[in-house]
Amino acid sequence: MAYTRHKPRTAPDSEELRRTIPGWGVDLNKEDRPSYPKEKVEDTGAHWEFPDRQPELRPRERSTEHKFLPPVFGTAQPLGGLSGAIRRYAYRFSEARTAHWLLLLAGDRVDVIESRFAAMLEGRPDNPITETGVLSEFRNGAYRTRFGQHRADLKHQPIDLVLWAAPYLAIAGGTYLLAKGIKGRR
Amino acid sequence: MRAMVYRGPGRIRVEEKDIPSIEHPNDAIVRVTCAAICGSDLHLYHGMIPDLRVGHTFGHEFVGVVHEVGPSVQHLKVGDRVLVPFNISCGSCFFCARGLYGNCHNVNPNATAIGGIYGYSHSAGGYDGGQAEFVRVPFADVGPSKIPEWMDEEDAVMLTDACPTGYFGAQLGEIREGDVVVVFGAGPVGLFAAKSSWLMGAGRVIVVDHVDYRLDFARTFAHAETVNFTQVNDIVQWVKETTEFLGADVCIEAVGSEADGAFFQHVTSAKLKLQGGSPVALNWCIDSVRKGGTVSVVGAFGPLFSAVKFGDAMNKGLTIRTNQCPVKRQWPRLFEHVKNGVLKPSAIVTHRIPLDDIAEGYHLMSNKLDGCTKPLVIPTS
Repeated sequence: MAYTRHKPRTAPDSEELRRTIPGWGVDLNKEDRPSYPKEKVEDTGAHWEFPDRQPELRPRERSTEHKFLPPVFGTAQPLGGLSGAIRRYAYRFSEARTAHWLLLLAGDRVDVIESRFAAMLEGRPDNPITETGVLSEFRNGAYRTRFGQHRADLKHQPIDLVLWAAPYLAIAGGTYLLAKGIKGRR
Repeated sequence: MRAMVYRGPGRIRVEEKDIPSIEHPNDAIVRVTCAAICGSDLHLYHGMIPDLRVGHTFGHEFVGVVHEVGPSVQHLKVGDRVLVPFNISCGSCFFCARGLYGNCHNVNPNATAIGGIYGYSHSAGGYDGGQAEFVRVPFADVGPSKIPEWMDEEDAVMLTDACPTGYFGAQLGEIREGDVVVVFGAGPVGLFAAKSSWLMGAGRVIVVDHVDYRLDFARTFAHAETVNFTQVNDIVQWVKETTEFLGADVCIEAVGSEADGAFFQHVTSAKLKLQGGSPVALNWCIDSVRKGGTVSVVGAFGPLFSAVKFGDAMNKGLTIRTNQCPVKRQWPRLFEHVKNGVLKPSAIVTHRIPLDDIAEGYHLMSNKLDGCTKPLVIPTS
């Protein structure tokens, strides 16, 4: 036990484990495991001292903690609109600043709103049924796999419904109040 | 091409996108033949990772066929079947040169704390991922490897993240012969961490989760003892009792941002995004491990702060080891284990979903419906 110098033995001995667990101990030697030692110089396949630079075809935002734009970068979803302005501003703060990450999260939420309107204008509006995949509930034992299974997530799953419905309720409520206000003035 | 795109928290759809093009001389374009949804994709799906832009294509676990190569590519040619590690790495920066492929400094302009990852937001470099028909693969001479003739495609796709990360989690634990290892999380990474702990000589392997079907699988696949934390009064107390009040020698956190088990922690992080991730499982690791023990963290957390019980970690003299798995460094040994039958990574695959039905696949995985542990995504072309 923990109160004397001897380590309590709660495990079977190694011979029994070798006999009963497939592959037991094949990587027992710590010094013969991959990633050992921690910072081992190895042949990486790179045949350059510093990589060629990918052309920067449009201004690319970067962390203030980088000395320069790294030679290779993703070009998916360039900054644009109000969300882009928020994100561009966020990149004025270092990664150490909470403001940096909170502004990026704010930009993400604004991006979603902007994209909803853009999709409607493009004639391909978002479909809350197909995009949430909620129809899979009916084919995959929604009740059976949730209840009587001791799952901890059942306690907070109703919050998902509230978060999903909140924007629609807000729009419906706002529209109702607006209509009521207009009617009241007439 | 057809590609999965993010439309907002909890919402995705499949759209037509342009086939990616060569943007750097060492790029390759890969036609994806099989991809997977990772548990860490759910953190994106739930809107927890900052700078996640609408239109982004997820997917950092994929295999495929080389469709096009840039002028400086020497090690791959069109038609090669390849598996691609989830890390994007240049092979020549300070970190890559030391084998830290998950910490490359030359591929992510948006953050220095994170390397480049396919389809994992702009915080991980702004690269579209592999849940699509085609994907751009930077540094084709460094990351990808040809799939050996003898290797099954589903084994190969599991070797791009889940299996190496689980193995790496066990390795970070610095397991010694006879150690008691507790793995928190019975998802794909936790299952591989449990299985790998035996390979490194663990004396007992205990898997903790709250989903019964995953614990059932952990008993057969990983030969582990299991405990459902909702069925014991206090999981930390339970670990202490089963180890004669010493505590586990090694605890492995294989859950990440959306850990369940403490309502306030989960809701403030997963629902309200006020923390970088729910530290429930991490705190359980810190409290369950013995003094002087090791906590290995391979669960993914966002960049914001989390309410971690660091005082306990300090007072107990713990070693906390963590990193994004340097996948390529694990491959030679893992290829050997797969070839010799020591590991069968594809055994954890539960669902195969056409790309066009991917929204339902995410809902299935997120809500743990129909016994879902690991869904594969099959592009339609």
